[in-house]
Amino acid sequence: MSAEDVIYEAGHDDADAYADSYDTSDGRVFTLSGGDWDTVTPPSEGEKERIVVNMGPQHPSTHGVLRLILELEGETVTETRCGIGYLHTGIEKNMEYRTWTQGVTFVTRMDYLSPFFNETAYCLAVEKLLGVTEEIPDRASTIRVMMMELNRISSHLVALATGGMELGALTAMIFGFRERELLLDIFEMVTGLRMNSAYVRPGGVAQDVTDDQINRIRETLPLLKKRLKDTSDLLVDNAIWMGRTVGIGYLDLASCMALGITGPILRSTGLPHDLRKSQPYCGYENYEFEVQTTDTCDVYGRFLIRIGEMHESIKIVEQALDRLRPGPVMIEDKKIGWPARLSIGSDGQGNSPEHIKEIMTESMEALIHHFKLVTEGFRVPAGQVYAAIESPRGELGAHVVSTGGTRPYRVHFRDPSFNNLQSTAAMCDGSMVSDVIAAVASIDPVMGGVDR
Amino acid sequence: MGLEEKLPSGVLLTTVEAVAGYARKGSLWPATFGLACCAIEMMAVGGPRYDIARFGMEVFRASPRQADLMIVAGRVSQKMAPVLRQIYDQMPNPKWVLAMGVCASSGGMFNNYAIVQGVDHVVPVDMYLPGCPPRPEMLIDAILKIHDEIQGMKLGANAIREQNLEEAAALTAAPTLEMRGLLR
Repeated sequence: MSAEDVIYEAGHDDADAYADSYDTSDGRVFTLSGGDWDTVTPPSEGEKERIVVNMGPQHPSTHGVLRLILELEGETVTETRCGIGYLHTGIEKNMEYRTWTQGVTFVTRMDYLSPFFNETAYCLAVEKLLGVTEEIPDRASTIRVMMMELNRISSHLVALATGGMELGALTAMIFGFRERELLLDIFEMVTGLRMNSAYVRPGGVAQDVTDDQINRIRETLPLLKKRLKDTSDLLVDNAIWMGRTVGIGYLDLASCMALGITGPILRSTGLPHDLRKSQPYCGYENYEFEVQTTDTCDVYGRFLIRIGEMHESIKIVEQALDRLRPGPVMIEDKKIGWPARLSIGSDGQGNSPEHIKEIMTESMEALIHHFKLVTEGFRVPAGQVYAAIESPRGELGAHVVSTGGTRPYRVHFRDPSFNNLQSTAAMCDGSMVSDVIAAVASIDPVMGGVDR
Repeated sequence: MGLEEKLPSGVLLTTVEAVAGYARKGSLWPATFGLACCAIEMMAVGGPRYDIARFGMEVFRASPRQADLMIVAGRVSQKMAPVLRQIYDQMPNPKWVLAMGVCASSGGMFNNYAIVQGVDHVVPVDMYLPGCPPRPEMLIDAILKIHDEIQGMKLGANAIREQNLEEAAALTAAPTLEMRGLLR
C-alpha cells in the first residue's frame, strides 16, 4: 500500500481538514496543510454556491507577486483577501549584520521603484540618531531632493504604465516606460546605476553632481514635460479609461484614517496631507509646490493626483537645480563621512587617484579614517528614532534602533505599500472582478516594499 | 515532440533540426514571471527603447501553458519556490529557463533564511545572467545566447546521442575537489 493510499484512508477515519495523519512504524505522522481552501465544504441549505478564485501570485494583473483570494457570487466579489509574503527577502534581518553605511545597499532594494526614498528615509533616521541632522551640507540635501523628485516621477510613470497595462491600455504602458528611460538615464549618469543605486549615504550623498550633469538634467526636463502631456492627453478625458476608473475603488476619508492609509489614496479624499508640507525634511520648506488633491475618493482621482504630482515634481527639480551651490556633498566629520571619491580609470571604477595619493602618501590620519570606516564603520549612539518622508506611495518611515555599535540593532520600515494594501478589501468588496484590478492598480503596491 | 523526433539520423534530420531551431528561436514566447527589481528591467526590455519585439518575443504570455521561456526575474523566496516549480511544470516542452539577476542565479546579496540560494535548486537553468539588476542590453544578450542554443538544438536520434555524450563527459570530468591552482 503506497503512502497516498494510507493518507487517503486515514483522511476518511478521523477527518481533520488541516492535518491528515497516518500510522507508521515510527509513530503517527501528520501532514499539515492549512490556511488554504484545500477542502471543499458543500453549501448548506439555502446558501448559494460559493466560488473562491485564487488570483496570483503569478498573475499579470496583480501588480507583482500579490496574491488575491476572491470570493465570488457571479461576477460580484463578496470577500477579498490579500496573500502577501511571496517576496519576503529578510532585508531588515540582513541589515543587522552589516555596518550602518552598508545598510543603504539593502534598503534601496526594498521598494525597488523608489530607491532614493528608501535610502533617504534610512539616512535621515541614522543622521537623527547620530545627532548630525543640522550638519548635512546644503548641497547634499538639495541633491537628495532633486533625486527624490525625479524618482517620484519615474515611480508614478511605472504606476501609470503597469496600471494601464493591467486595465488593457497598452499604449499607456509603452508611453510610461519610454518616459521612464529619460529619468533612468539621469540616474545612471549621476549614480552609475539605473536602479538600486545606494547613492544617498549617512552624512550626505556618495558622489557630487557635475555641472555637465546638471546641464543634461536641465535639457531633459522640457522634453519630459512635453511627453507627460502626451500621456495625460491620452488618458485624462479618455472615455474608456474613465469608464474603468471613475467611481471605482471608493475609499473615503474615515476609512483611510481607520486603516492608516497615506499617499495618493488619502489625498484622493480631499485631505491635503503631505509630509513634505506638514513636517518638512531635507529643506522642503524652501520649495514652492502644491499638494495635489481630488475629492472623488476613486481610482480616477488617484490617477489625476499622480499626473499632477509629476508636474509638481518637475517644478521642484527646477527649483533644486537653481538652488545648487558649490560645496561639499558629505558631512565634514571625518569619523562619519564616507571617504571614497570614486572615478573611472582604464581598469574600471574605483577610488580616485587623488584620494589614493592622499591616504597613501600625504595624510596618515586620512588613511586611518578610511581604514576604520571601511572595515568597521562608524558607531551610532544608543537609542531609537523614527524618520518619515513622503514617498510616491505615502508615508515611508524608518524606525532605527541602535545599541551603540557599528551595526543596527533593528531597522524597521513602515512601508506605505504594506499599509495601503490593507484597503484592498474595503475597496473591492461588493464590486465586480474587473474593478478589483483597477483598485489594486490605484493602490500601486510594490511587493518588494510590502514583504521586504 | 512530434514527427520530427521519429526521423532517422542523417541529412534529413539535420535539415529538419535547422528549420525547427530557426522557427523556435524566432518566436520564443516568454512567460511573465516578474518577481522583484529585475521584473521592472524585464518590462523595460518589452518597452519602446529596447523593444524585444525585434526578436519575436514581445508576447509575454500570462499563461505558462503558452510559454517557452521562463525568465525568473528577481529574488525567489522560500514561499515562492513551490509556485515557481509549478509554473515550470505547467510549461510545455521544449522549455528554457533564464535566471535573471544574481538573486535568481545564486541568491546574490541575500544570503539568508528567506531567499532560495539560486533558482537552480528548484528548476534546471539554461542561462545565468548576473547583475543587480542586469541592464536591458544584458538581458537581450542572454536571450540571444539562448537563441543560439535553440538554433543548434538536436532532435530525435541526434538528441539522444548528444545526451549520451554529455553524460559520459560529465562522468569523467574532474570533480571540483580535485581541481588545483587558480580556478579560472
